[in-house]
Amino acid sequence: MKKTSLTAKLVNAPYIVWSILFILAPMIMVVYYALTDRDGNFTLSNLTSLSEYTETFGRSIWYAFLATVICLLLSYPLAYIMARSKASRQRTLMMLIMLPMWMNFLIRTYSWITILNNTGILNTLFEAIGIGRVQMINTPGAVILGMVYNFLPYMVLPIYSVMCKLDQSLIEAAQDLGCNGRAVLKTVIFPQSLPGVISGITMVFVPSVSTFYISQKLGGGKFMLVGDAIEMQFQSAYNYNLGAALSLVLMLMIVICMLIMNRFTDNSEEGAMLF
Amino acid sequence: MKPKRALSNIYIALIMLFLYAPMLVMVVFSFNGTSSTGVLDDFSTKWYSELLKDSVTLQALSNTLILAVTSSLIAMVLGTAAAVGIHSMKKKWLKTSVLTVTNIPMVNPEIVTGVSMMLLFVFVGRLVGKSDVLGFPTLLIAHVTFSLPYVILSVLPKLRQTDRHLGEAAQDLGCPPVTAFFKVILPNISSGIISGLIMAFTLSLDDFIISYFVSGPKFQTLPIVIFSMTKKKVKPDMYALSTLIFLAVLLLLVLMNIMQARAEKKEKKAQSARL
Repeated sequence: MKKTSLTAKLVNAPYIVWSILFILAPMIMVVYYALTDRDGNFTLSNLTSLSEYTETFGRSIWYAFLATVICLLLSYPLAYIMARSKASRQRTLMMLIMLPMWMNFLIRTYSWITILNNTGILNTLFEAIGIGRVQMINTPGAVILGMVYNFLPYMVLPIYSVMCKLDQSLIEAAQDLGCNGRAVLKTVIFPQSLPGVISGITMVFVPSVSTFYISQKLGGGKFMLVGDAIEMQFQSAYNYNLGAALSLVLMLMIVICMLIMNRFTDNSEEGAMLF
Repeated sequence: MKPKRALSNIYIALIMLFLYAPMLVMVVFSFNGTSSTGVLDDFSTKWYSELLKDSVTLQALSNTLILAVTSSLIAMVLGTAAAVGIHSMKKKWLKTSVLTVTNIPMVNPEIVTGVSMMLLFVFVGRLVGKSDVLGFPTLLIAHVTFSLPYVILSVLPKLRQTDRHLGEAAQDLGCPPVTAFFKVILPNISSGIISGLIMAFTLSLDDFIISYFVSGPKFQTLPIVIFSMTKKKVKPDMYALSTLIFLAVLLLLVLMNIMQARAEKKEKKAQSARL
């Protein structure tokens, strides 16, 4: 018995070392850079200068919030329909939803430019049917569309996986007891699917709030998001300290959002994991 | 019931149109006669032959594959060992804290993970007096790090399902602990290891955001090349490559689908035979 526990401990050692070096140490680095200046002296100026970015943070949260709500509204009925169809149909739909996730998201987002451009596919169509040209590219709408497009599968999959486990007899029981369609949805289906909804919300909100590529391409760089600000500090302005401060605040913001969300469900651990 | 069914079919069709519209654009423009990604011209397959001559893209493709293979294999070995170690941990607080650290790369926005690792590498590089630390080794470390949680979290449930006493029984019968692990435990958790490996591999293939911050000019992966291309103008041979990748993934998923359906049918038959 003693031998096993010793081997077990040793077996774990490489990973423990790895996670200290490459998970914890980088986090400490973010805090260190955020609290120092270029020469490594302690300073709070990085954090105080973040007040200039209030609008950027606000915009990021607002766009990510809208994208998450739209994803939820689109995914919920889809997941419901999927979970109630035949097994073969479920498999095919599942495959169709996962397939885009395997393709490079840069190319897919870039393709939207061809569709949304002023001389693009949609506008050609609009002109042909007499609506006239509509400015779509480089608008907040295009940025949110890009977020919804890229992260929709992350909302569908967890909701679908809880919907599959939904107890059909409970729904029938509610119907037998005189519940109409809406009441069944409100009192039986929705509460049971909540863990999937919560994990879907986090899986869409986190990448949306921190994106930089989508806003650059579909927003034409006119609507700076937190991700853009961070990317700029690291890749063109080379102010790592300010970039670290921005990252730190973004990280804390997401942790706070998640804590608030977890308040809604205490049993969110169960069945909420995608894999 | 019928109109409801039609309504849900229309709904699914619309969502699919939304998900596949940019992919369609990509496929159509890969056969475009000119280098435009906005205006269609004659049908031509010249971008496919052009692709074979595009040394930058092909080099990036092979870099991406090398990185994905090595990082997923390392993550598989480290992660499996880690899962075994975590599973046999007796102290509850230790287990929870290790699992919490494991979760960090999954909950953190990718941009923060990327930036934090870049800061660590730059910091260490400065300590040892090297300015160009970013390259294949840093990419490899980053990819292993973000893949590890997925491997661990797909192996852990399999370990939980395995009977604890199996390993002990083997040892009581004279099996040394290591042999007991390979002969008894490993076959039971192999499906978890394989799915972790596949996930690590695909995550690595597709990763852009983290790679963007930890890579250098010496070793570029396909997503990074695509990114720098979309900053200026995308050559349609990239669309050709994406179309080929799309077809490969589609084929793979269809095959997996058919195999799954067959396995299910077999099981059903076996079940009815037993009855």
